[in-house]
Amino acid sequence: MLQLPLVVTAHIDVLLLVLSALSLWTRLSHLSSPRAVVFDEVYYGQFVSLYMKRVFFVDDSGPVLGHMILALGAYLGGFDGNFAWNRIGAEYPSGVCVWSLRLIPAICGALCVPLGYLLTLELHCSHLSALGAAVLLLLENSLIVQSRFMLLESVLIFFLLLALYSYLRFHNGVHSPTLRYAWLLLCGVCCGAAVGVKYTGVFSYLLLLGVASLHTWNLIGDRTVSHLSVCVQCVCRAVCLLLVPVLLYVFWFYIHLSLLKHSGPHDQLMSPAFQSSLQGGLSRITRGQPMEVAYGSQVTLRSSASQPMPCWLNSHRANYPIRYENGRGSSHQQQVACSPSKDVNNWWIIKDPHRRGLTVDRPPRPVRHGDVIQLVHGTTSRLLNSWDEDGSLDTWRPNFCGVDERTLPFNGFCSSEIEEDISLGLCSHDVAAPISPQAQEVSGFVDFNVSMTAQDLWRLDIANREAESESWKSISSEIRLIHVNTSAGLKLSGSALPAWGFHLMEVVAEKHFRADAVSFFWTVEEHRYWTTEGPAGADGGSQLEDKQTHRSVSFWTKFTELQRKMLTVKQEETEHKYSSTPLEWITMETNIAYWMDKSSNAQIHLIGNPVSWGVANLSLLAYHIIVSVYLVRRRRGFRDLTEAAWQHFVCVGCVCVGGWMMNVLPFLLMEKTLFLYHYLPALTHLHLLTPALLEHTHNHLLSSLTHQRALRVCAAVALLLILCSYWFFSPLTYGCPELSANQLQVLRWRNSWDFLLRRQ
Amino acid sequence: MEKEEPLSQLTGKTWDDSAVRCRKVPQNIPVVSKDKNSPTHGHVSEDDTQPSNGSYTQDSASHHHYVSPSKVLLVLVVGLSFSTRLYKIKEPPHVCWDETHFGKMGSYYINRTFFFDVHPPLGKMLIGLAGYMTGYNGTFPFIKPGDKYEHHNYWGMRGFCAVLGSFLPVFAYLIVLELSHSHTAALITATLLIFDTGCITITQYILLDPILMFFIMAAVLSMVKFKQQRYRPFAASWWLWLVLTGMSLAGALGVKFVGLFVILLVGLNTAADLWRILGDLSLSLVDFGKHFLARVLGLILLPLFLYVTIFTVHFAVLNKSGPGDGFFSSAFQSRLIGNNLHNASMPEYLAYGSTITMKNLRIAGGYLHSHWHLYPEGVGAKQQQITAYLHKDYNNLWLVHRPNKTQSGSPDLVRHGDLIRLEHKETTRNLHSHVHEAPLTKKHHQVTGYGINGTGDANDLWQVEVCGGHKGDLVKVLRSKVRLRHRATGCVLFSSGKILPKWGWEQEEVTCSPYIKETPSSQWNIEDHFNPKLPNISISILKPNFLEVLVESHIVMIRGNSGLKPKNSEMNSKPWHWPINYQGLRFSGVNDTEYRVYLLGNPVVWWTHLFSLALYLLMVSVASLAIQRGLPLAAKRVEHARVLKSGGGLLLLGWLLHYVPFYTMSRILYYHHYFPAMLFNSMLTGITLDILLKSADLLLRPPYCDWLFRFGLMVLLLAVLYSFYLFHPLSYGMMGPLSHEPGSSMAGLKWLASWEF
Repeated sequence: MLQLPLVVTAHIDVLLLVLSALSLWTRLSHLSSPRAVVFDEVYYGQFVSLYMKRVFFVDDSGPVLGHMILALGAYLGGFDGNFAWNRIGAEYPSGVCVWSLRLIPAICGALCVPLGYLLTLELHCSHLSALGAAVLLLLENSLIVQSRFMLLESVLIFFLLLALYSYLRFHNGVHSPTLRYAWLLLCGVCCGAAVGVKYTGVFSYLLLLGVASLHTWNLIGDRTVSHLSVCVQCVCRAVCLLLVPVLLYVFWFYIHLSLLKHSGPHDQLMSPAFQSSLQGGLSRITRGQPMEVAYGSQVTLRSSASQPMPCWLNSHRANYPIRYENGRGSSHQQQVACSPSKDVNNWWIIKDPHRRGLTVDRPPRPVRHGDVIQLVHGTTSRLLNSWDEDGSLDTWRPNFCGVDERTLPFNGFCSSEIEEDISLGLCSHDVAAPISPQAQEVSGFVDFNVSMTAQDLWRLDIANREAESESWKSISSEIRLIHVNTSAGLKLSGSALPAWGFHLMEVVAEKHFRADAVSFFWTVEEHRYWTTEGPAGADGGSQLEDKQTHRSVSFWTKFTELQRKMLTVKQEETEHKYSSTPLEWITMETNIAYWMDKSSNAQIHLIGNPVSWGVANLSLLAYHIIVSVYLVRRRRGFRDLTEAAWQHFVCVGCVCVGGWMMNVLPFLLMEKTLFLYHYLPALTHLHLLTPALLEHTHNHLLSSLTHQRALRVCAAVALLLILCSYWFFSPLTYGCPELSANQLQVLRWRNSWDFLLRRQ
Repeated sequence: MEKEEPLSQLTGKTWDDSAVRCRKVPQNIPVVSKDKNSPTHGHVSEDDTQPSNGSYTQDSASHHHYVSPSKVLLVLVVGLSFSTRLYKIKEPPHVCWDETHFGKMGSYYINRTFFFDVHPPLGKMLIGLAGYMTGYNGTFPFIKPGDKYEHHNYWGMRGFCAVLGSFLPVFAYLIVLELSHSHTAALITATLLIFDTGCITITQYILLDPILMFFIMAAVLSMVKFKQQRYRPFAASWWLWLVLTGMSLAGALGVKFVGLFVILLVGLNTAADLWRILGDLSLSLVDFGKHFLARVLGLILLPLFLYVTIFTVHFAVLNKSGPGDGFFSSAFQSRLIGNNLHNASMPEYLAYGSTITMKNLRIAGGYLHSHWHLYPEGVGAKQQQITAYLHKDYNNLWLVHRPNKTQSGSPDLVRHGDLIRLEHKETTRNLHSHVHEAPLTKKHHQVTGYGINGTGDANDLWQVEVCGGHKGDLVKVLRSKVRLRHRATGCVLFSSGKILPKWGWEQEEVTCSPYIKETPSSQWNIEDHFNPKLPNISISILKPNFLEVLVESHIVMIRGNSGLKPKNSEMNSKPWHWPINYQGLRFSGVNDTEYRVYLLGNPVVWWTHLFSLALYLLMVSVASLAIQRGLPLAAKRVEHARVLKSGGGLLLLGWLLHYVPFYTMSRILYYHHYFPAMLFNSMLTGITLDILLKSADLLLRPPYCDWLFRFGLMVLLLAVLYSFYLFHPLSYGMMGPLSHEPGSSMAGLKWLASWEF
């Protein structure tokens, strides 16, 4: 049978294996020490916890894949999410598997080293150069620190390098077309992943797209290839490099949204429709509430503007002061404002101006676009109580409705019958608003049953209507209220009232409104009514005839809303002790203290290997000088290099210097608070440059053997120095051993570096 | 409107002629360019010999007796441009929109009062000059928009801006003619600009934009003309256009910093040009050096010199103290007549026992201030408030003491690193800080006034540090940047610039910042210094030299620019709004009883621009693809592709440079910022549409494609004219009901809900 011997021929790149082993060793050893929260773990940790509990959140700092990868590590380690991530340095309890939390970033960080090796080979450099590049990455203290904790930069760098490597495999491809396009597909996947981990991945992605389109352009110019083949290849490239990353990016969000089902801390940033798709929170309140708003409905109106904070239309028993501090007069009627907290004062009743009653007919008469309505403030305790007995009120809302009736300012008012008693109609008149005097004041008009003026009539304008006679739907309809008398629109002005208005948000009516201004829009959030047939408690079922059939919000709607919120929600600019500017990164002006032991001077800093940092800067400068000289000489007709060598030199420049530029220059325009770790992707590119440049110098620039030898010696010495300085700074990288004050002082090579010293 | 009708009919006819005439443009170019000895001659004659255009030669033959129709066209463009811009120049006779700023600043020049503005001075200087020449005496206060001018002579300033604005269509015409050698393209551009309501409105008032755009277009025109001269290097006309380019660049930058974009455009072009010369191996390196130096001279040194000259004139003219003083450093203020620092004398080095005022170095930073009021309940410790106050009063005075109360006889000088105690002169409280959160900036510590009669506690001690100084350095009055570091907590005295609420009298917050950063917010400057025991020296010797003044005023301007942040309550205009003409700007009037002017581009024109931008990208990519793929192309098409790529590329670059940077700006943006970019877009439109219509023979055979060409031009012309007729009230003013009411002159024209007329 077996005619031929069973032979296994394996080519093992021992260099690669050794490098990988060393890399894993430097990144993974003692991974769970320190057993304390280190720097931004405190930030990412809270999201990991929320993933474990499957609670929805919004994080504007980056897309979702990064958090998910961290959460995956936590999930594998059996982390249950029960840890309060409240401060840096807090000890992890014994139940938390710290090792698994940090494992994935560490492995990604470790894999960057062999990737650097392969990438340099793919740039047509020698194995020696590849070894050099890998060693530079291996001994870079900042990369090690960033990899060893639950942080995202190492994951990002891993995907970036893998994307570049697979693209170069595709481009240099000598394999079958299928295999080549498999590499291209991998490249697209990695780009999608990189952008999914951090938005800064976009810069490298753009670089890659630039290089790819240049190559495609050359392909188009290649007249030996048939038209058809060119078309097919272009389409394939476009699919792999454009479509796949975009689809993947959306796919991360799909996983994100399918994982996070429960309502959570950031619900209020989202629209009511979005919130109602989450379990718990608003959807628990609104589940089963009627869909169409009818005359007599009781509603809470939420402003669609979530800036500066989400709030609900509110009135409370306090009047506008007769005179403001600047001497202007007011109507001295009851204040109407927008309250950022949910309370009973947020309830309003929709009233038909032509009828007296405040209950809903049977069948309910829906309110439609263009109808004129009155808004009556306040609820009676009868209503509240009956609602309470109905049982659909959750104790989950301690701060709400009947449950905390003891705190109601309306106690006396609530116990009386609404038809006979005073009630407040929302009205507006030609009196300047308290903070924004260019707009009209909005007030609660006391005693509206007596003098039925037209001041409190509002026309309903449903902005997202599909038909002209569209009925007003809770949650989904975005409405504007137009004051009939003055045709001014009810608006959240964005400023806060002073102390007399309890610092609530000011609500005004403004004549000149823009069609798209979100501050004019309001949404019915909570909604309920009962019919004339009797109190709800008696036949609780009848009041809820057209129950909100839970319209599930489509993924696409949720995705676009979440994406928009992530890009537009702005956190207040915070200063940070360790923040730095892009120009300071190049010279490593600042370090970042990541962690310090509770009792000793053991500490971890994000600080690069100063020698390799310097070498990288030198080679960056050298490349610029050499390339300028080459360019000018070529322009003047001197061909110093063969065309192939020149192309190779340019390609190295594109990947390394181009990658560095794309990852540094955009930060110069940003106004965010930036940190040294933002520079790490750029630094990785730069470390790949040095060996390639040395090789070029050695092969093309130095002709005499003596010079070449001198260069080799220099390179070896530099490598040795890099090893030394790695060793020197490793106590700050690994947090052990503890250093004395004197040793720290010795390490403080720059005055601007800030090491910590525990007072004895 | 009755004036408009015959005018537009006239244009209709002439256009018709020109449409015919432009068929023989290539015939005429040689005629025109004979005297210019144009190098384009070569490819034009190439065009001539095209076989595909039978009708074309006949056509041109029949018109051969026209000597120079380009002159006629030019006169027509000039005439129309001036008449549309100068029509109703005096209406409305009240202050419109930003006239309140720039008119006022013009008046300051006439009155020689110092002021501060975020833009460089040339524009306002020219406005002032125009006002002065036309008999305006600088007395009108320009308080707010809507103020009636009454007997004041305002038309001169408006007219000056309008005249400069009238050159825009003319320049655009010439630029496009130069780039494409097609009268049709040039005429399309000129028409689009002449009948654009936005372009008319923005050039009719006392604003910087018409002046800025004048210089931008002049720079582009001279650059294009200069390029044209490349076959006659170092000839007189070559030098002339080079120098004109440099002058226009200086002018553009001297009006607004937006001028940097056109400098960038010219710079990139020059770099490309030099690169081309470098590659020309028939030229020696010495020749290249000559070219290089000539450009350095004309495009860098000359503009720099002119720019500095503008500032020299600015500072020489404005020598009286005025509203701008507070924005500048103490040293700067000492130059101004009427300022309390002018010709003042005081001891030169800070000493113990002195009475001082301290001014924050941030832009418009206030004086360290305190008063008889406590922080309210709930805001840190209930101790006396410390604020920063922008005006000068006696509550800004502080006494410098040693930490211990012993007062030695001889006045010792304060040195870098010394510990001092600052006592508020009026209330005798010490400057104090402690670990309570500051009222507004929560991460900082609160600063209070504490103690009585100078007796406080250890938290009243501050360490004096001179920025960049060493231990033992003396503290110079006015010149040293001083940092006060709180000894107990190590934080530095900081002015955040945030406004305190009512309880703090809306003065600025002062905190103690734990973040030790080199920022002007934590640096202070000793401004007034009284010490009877020390000899006063005249601080006129401290007067900064011109270079320092220049640098400082630039820093102040740049900071002022970035300080113009949109307020939360204001609706901010976004850059993506602009090209789609999403929303205009109210120049004058709101209600139906007022005379209303609304800055909004003619929607037909603007949407044509947008459409041609997309069309341009499509056409240029198709053309490049065809060339890259090596498809055989007729000579005419190759020429079209060349015009699209080089001429169109230049204009597209101009558009991008004048538009894209706004996306990265965090300052408040307005619709009118788009107008320079719009000019480039309209020139691009001219070239694109012209080539599109000329490529009609791809679809139809010779006689029909010619008809299509003329038909297309007619449709475009009529659409532009009719839309101008519809929308002209936006520029020339409207009264009566608003557009949503039927009686309005703009009834039914509110095509977008976001337009506010």
